[in-house]
Amino acid sequence: MTHAPISACPACNAAPMAQNLADTEHMAGHILLNVPTVHCAVCISSIEKTLNAMDGVKEARVNLTLRRATIDTTRPMDVQVFIQALDQIGYPAYELDASLLGQSAMEQTARRLLTRLAVSGFAMMNVMLLSVAVWSGAQGITRDMFHWISALIAVPATLYAAYPFFANAWGALRGRVLNMDVPISLAILLALGTSIYETSLSGEHAYFDAAISLTFFLLAGRYLDHRTRSIARSAAQELSALEVTKAVIRQDGQDITVPVSQVQVGDTVILRPGARMPLDGVVIQGQSEIDRSILTGETRPEFVTNGSELRAGEVNLTGPLELRATAVGQDTSLAKISQLVAIAESGRSKYTSIADKAAQLYAPGVHILSALSFLGWYLYSQDLRMSLNIAAAVLIITCPCALGLAVPAVTTAVSGRLFKKGLLIKSATAIERLAQVDTVVFDKTGTLTDGDLTLIDLPPATAEQLQISHTLARSSAHPLAQALAGALAAQGVAEIQLDQIHEHPGYGVSAFYQGQQVRMGRAEWIGATPRDHTATWVQIGDDILEFAFADQMRGGAADLITDLQQAGIDVQILSGDGLAPVSRVAAALGVTKYHAHRTPETKAAHIAQLQAQGRHVLMIGDGLNDTAALTSAHVSISPATALDAARVASDVVFLGQRLDSLIGVIALSKTAQRRIRENFQLASLYNVLAVPVAIAGFATPLIAALAMSLSSITVTLNALRMK
Amino acid sequence: MDVLIYLIPISIFLGAVGLAGFLYTLRSRQYDDPEGDAQRILTGEWDDRPKPD
Repeated sequence: MTHAPISACPACNAAPMAQNLADTEHMAGHILLNVPTVHCAVCISSIEKTLNAMDGVKEARVNLTLRRATIDTTRPMDVQVFIQALDQIGYPAYELDASLLGQSAMEQTARRLLTRLAVSGFAMMNVMLLSVAVWSGAQGITRDMFHWISALIAVPATLYAAYPFFANAWGALRGRVLNMDVPISLAILLALGTSIYETSLSGEHAYFDAAISLTFFLLAGRYLDHRTRSIARSAAQELSALEVTKAVIRQDGQDITVPVSQVQVGDTVILRPGARMPLDGVVIQGQSEIDRSILTGETRPEFVTNGSELRAGEVNLTGPLELRATAVGQDTSLAKISQLVAIAESGRSKYTSIADKAAQLYAPGVHILSALSFLGWYLYSQDLRMSLNIAAAVLIITCPCALGLAVPAVTTAVSGRLFKKGLLIKSATAIERLAQVDTVVFDKTGTLTDGDLTLIDLPPATAEQLQISHTLARSSAHPLAQALAGALAAQGVAEIQLDQIHEHPGYGVSAFYQGQQVRMGRAEWIGATPRDHTATWVQIGDDILEFAFADQMRGGAADLITDLQQAGIDVQILSGDGLAPVSRVAAALGVTKYHAHRTPETKAAHIAQLQAQGRHVLMIGDGLNDTAALTSAHVSISPATALDAARVASDVVFLGQRLDSLIGVIALSKTAQRRIRENFQLASLYNVLAVPVAIAGFATPLIAALAMSLSSITVTLNALRMK
Repeated sequence: MDVLIYLIPISIFLGAVGLAGFLYTLRSRQYDDPEGDAQRILTGEWDDRPKPD
């Protein structure tokens, strides 16, 4: 711990302050990128080579454990340059806000824990060596000398290393509650105290080794716990750091980019094609189509023109739009969804982890047992010294160290395995809750499907008509047109010469073919009857062609659902999209229970109803319309591509495009649950065997050391069977 | 048993050397990227700090 020295002259403090300032300026050229796909030595060296070869880069280094690249630049540089460079060599990269990560504080805590662990480990080894001599029968003055040397090592080492437990226990006692740290601290202090007292009287039994090894094992558990949690936390913060929200507003005839928080109601906001609405607004100029799938789950683009209302999160597809901001910040429709989330949050019962339940039973039980054995022996023998010794032995032998290792050892093993599959566990109890799941509810758009559209099949048409359609589609930036062009090119349809190609934002594309007008676009514009599913229409003379689209299934979706159904889990689909696309996806995946046209409210209500029937629901979704449902479910998962709000609401986030990384997650969490239970049973078994010995007064430091080490090792080995 | 006078300090000293060594590796950030270090050893490229100019 560092203390700022109190200085006599204020000017003396100015120099280090200037130094700090220089450091922060240096930080301006410090860039953090998240590179999720890096996985091998070749990836590391190609990324580092590319970045280091770039102008202005002082040093670039990849951290494979955190899937992160750190770039030091000689001058302030635009992050986009690096993102593009990495994209070109095939690694998608995302900007991370270094200040949001707050990783230095977490690293420091981890480092301090490790230092304490090292000190207690060193002390434990030395004290154990001395203890072995005592156990093998050292007598008289030799034994006393060994005890004193042990005390010299163990007392300062324990006081230093066990400081976190003392601090926690003190905090708990001041708050008038009992936690695991209270019996731990008491056991350590009592062991040290009675041992020093015994040694000063040349006594036979000293528990220095027990005190220090107890500290060591518990610190090991604490360190594992901290590491798992810090990885989960940094992953979650990393994802929220990804979202950078800016808006373009027109002021005095100039377009300027400002943070969304600075936009005020009444400002004119410019929305380019392809951009996402940063706030709620009304169109004052322009026509376009918008994609509101992230908000409602509808896959069909909607036409907007002057006077249409747009909500935050919707994506503009074809034409540039000028809007007047009608709601910003807390007033947007996004905020209304977060109110829903808050309601769902309050309705959800708080989950008590197995470890907490065990601690609630354990902490008072140990104290009562130890106090009773002290009282019993004191009344029976009137020997204060012996009774105190026995009470200390009981406290040590009940050995909270196996209990302290039982959960962290398992969660570390499981999180490691899940991380390899691309799953980030955000909540500490998520694994336990996953193990209870019996119903899985999927969102459709963006979760089961990846948002891209594919052509279902070609309408009956001549080769010439298809060629015209191909050229028309090629000339538009609309996602449907792009999908059509891609599909036609894949079918081997050639392009044909068209004249006067003209795009009508919000409607479609028109052109002339051999003097005759041809058009492609929305059904209403072409003069066709609109249908429930997504389609684009082409008019050539009197012929009207319909190209129908379906959203493309996310890779591995079918495998995941088959796996879940085989495990006897009830699978349902809840979507905001129309009945036709939902039933098509459900049929393709073999899901019989599906519901279309769901609003955020009815989704949450559906989940709540299932929970009320006593089911444990796992919700998997990505959209804003899912956030309330994600929150009210027993446990929830969202893809990393989901919006910020959905990821915040869920307990687990999966990286990558494919759903099959989720296969086996529930089975794995069930195994984890079983291991945790086994660990508690093992720890209790040791207690059941050893506690009567201690209460009867037969406990020696050797028995205490054996019980402690054996139970800790069995518990850890049992957890490692997960691998 | 006089040999204990030497042996005990020696054993404690050796332990302390180990402890100091561990604290050194901890402070020089050798546990920051264990996975990356395991992979980097496979490439023949220069990977040391500070990089020679």
